[in-house]
Amino acid sequence: MTNIPFLEVDLLTKRYPSPDGGDPLTVFENINFDIYKGEFVCIIGHSGCGKSTIMNVLAGLDTPTSGGVTMDGKELSGPSLDRGVVFQNYSLLPWLSALKNVIFGVKARHPDWSKEKVREHSYHYLELVGLVNGAENRKPSQLSGGMRQRVSIARAFAIQPKLLLLDEPFGALDALTRGTIQDELIRIWSGSDQTVFMITHDVDEAILLADRVLLMTNGPYATVAESVAIDIPRPRSRADIIHHDGYYKIRNHLVEFLAKRSKDLAGISKISGGQNDDPQQPKIVRPALDGVSSSEIDSATSPNLLKVKG
Amino acid sequence: MFTSLNLRALLLSFVILTLVLGAWELATPAVKAAGELTEYEKLIGAADQEARVPPPSAVLVRAWEELSDPFYDNGPNDKGIGIQIGYSIFRVLTGYLMAALLAIPVGFLIGMSPLAYKAFDPFIQVLRPISPLAWMPLALFIIKDSQASAIFVIFICSIWPMLINTAFGVAGVRKDWVNVARTHELGSLRTALIVILPAAAPTILTGMRISIGIAWLVIVAAEMLVGGTGVGYYVWNEWNNLDLTSVIFSILVIGVVGMLLDAVFAFAQRSIQYQE
Repeated sequence: MTNIPFLEVDLLTKRYPSPDGGDPLTVFENINFDIYKGEFVCIIGHSGCGKSTIMNVLAGLDTPTSGGVTMDGKELSGPSLDRGVVFQNYSLLPWLSALKNVIFGVKARHPDWSKEKVREHSYHYLELVGLVNGAENRKPSQLSGGMRQRVSIARAFAIQPKLLLLDEPFGALDALTRGTIQDELIRIWSGSDQTVFMITHDVDEAILLADRVLLMTNGPYATVAESVAIDIPRPRSRADIIHHDGYYKIRNHLVEFLAKRSKDLAGISKISGGQNDDPQQPKIVRPALDGVSSSEIDSATSPNLLKVKG
Repeated sequence: MFTSLNLRALLLSFVILTLVLGAWELATPAVKAAGELTEYEKLIGAADQEARVPPPSAVLVRAWEELSDPFYDNGPNDKGIGIQIGYSIFRVLTGYLMAALLAIPVGFLIGMSPLAYKAFDPFIQVLRPISPLAWMPLALFIIKDSQASAIFVIFICSIWPMLINTAFGVAGVRKDWVNVARTHELGSLRTALIVILPAAAPTILTGMRISIGIAWLVIVAAEMLVGGTGVGYYVWNEWNNLDLTSVIFSILVIGVVGMLLDAVFAFAQRSIQYQE
């Protein structure tokens, strides 16, 4: 992890004009956060706080009212193959087989590749999500929800984007399937240096997957209030992390935020001055390390340190 | 053996067919054979005091005669049924293809652009309900060729269902799929061809299927008007010959050809249908 952020979100604000000509509706205001290369960052917040809008802005499908996003030192404008998106509703093309859906993405990414190479590459990624031996030739309508989302994940990973955006990818799945695919996602991600930004509603999912969790206050005038570091060493597994000392500290912190503080802090960006043009980063919190601020630890993710503390 | 629904339906169809044909046959009193008539009776037309609808058996015999030699050509007023149908299908397909070449791209444009949708809508709404035959005099005057005018009438009647369905299908393509195209950096042309076209294809094909049905309905009427060749002209010509047996035979042929045309499109529709 270098010290230069890979992705910088600066003073991002989205307002919708009011239909009756009154004050515009401000969904979120002055959102600032950074993502570093190779990081897995989750964002949690209640419905209506604009998570999906932030995701769409990052994907280039929506434009903010003000503020901007820089990735790799370049201002984002419009959609790009550098940012792969996995949508909640899978967004597979129903007239193409699973393999052809992945090929669709790979072809767009590498128009110069030969047919065999595109096919091989696509097949490899379907193999990673365990969708071969006949399943690759099935149409999305012949696959279960979990299998469809696997195809969607394979398509996104196969184009090897610089930033992978996951918009509540497991929201529509049952708990058991969700667990399996979370494990698969973490396995594929561990084998890559993929930077991931993911929306979720699920606190346990965020702790399992993320390096950091961004907490959003309720809308309107939502903002990112805290950046919670998940100081649990990797590799993590669903069965083991619950025994880690920090797990419940983190979990309680997140649940408490969602249940109480997200409401109390709602509109804080408005109170602290909407005109604030200093891109202040959200406060970093480390519940697993008893809330010590980041300056006191040099390498927070060092397993040794955690062992001592634990 | 009688458990299969299809089999039972088939049996019932045969029963209905037998009943209808039987009733028709019995309702038509046998005409005395020509040999039994005296010369005098023949002269005063006593064989047929009044013209009767021929019985199905006579139609079957005529069908056998016509279908065993469908391509004979004994001059302008006596051509085989195969030749007449060939002319009709040629006109239908020519007019229809021209309509498709215009309606599908324009429908695409209208479907993709709300501005074009609103701008074209009043014209479509006014032109669509016009009976295609109402165009005939104008077409004859401008084109000055009865064959081409018949094709034009097919063109104008085929255009609307294809245009409207294409626009509707394209406008209704799910936003998610368009977003998939956008996040994969597909240009507008490639988005149109590899995402929107397959997504809208079932709706477009429904429009094409409606159009070919209407075109086949209209060609009969158009050929009755312009005359010369074609199955519509054949029906009218046999009516003028007072040959009702041939009229009934050609009505059936029109039905069967229409069914086959529809079946081709039904097959095409099934092959591009997808399930969400």
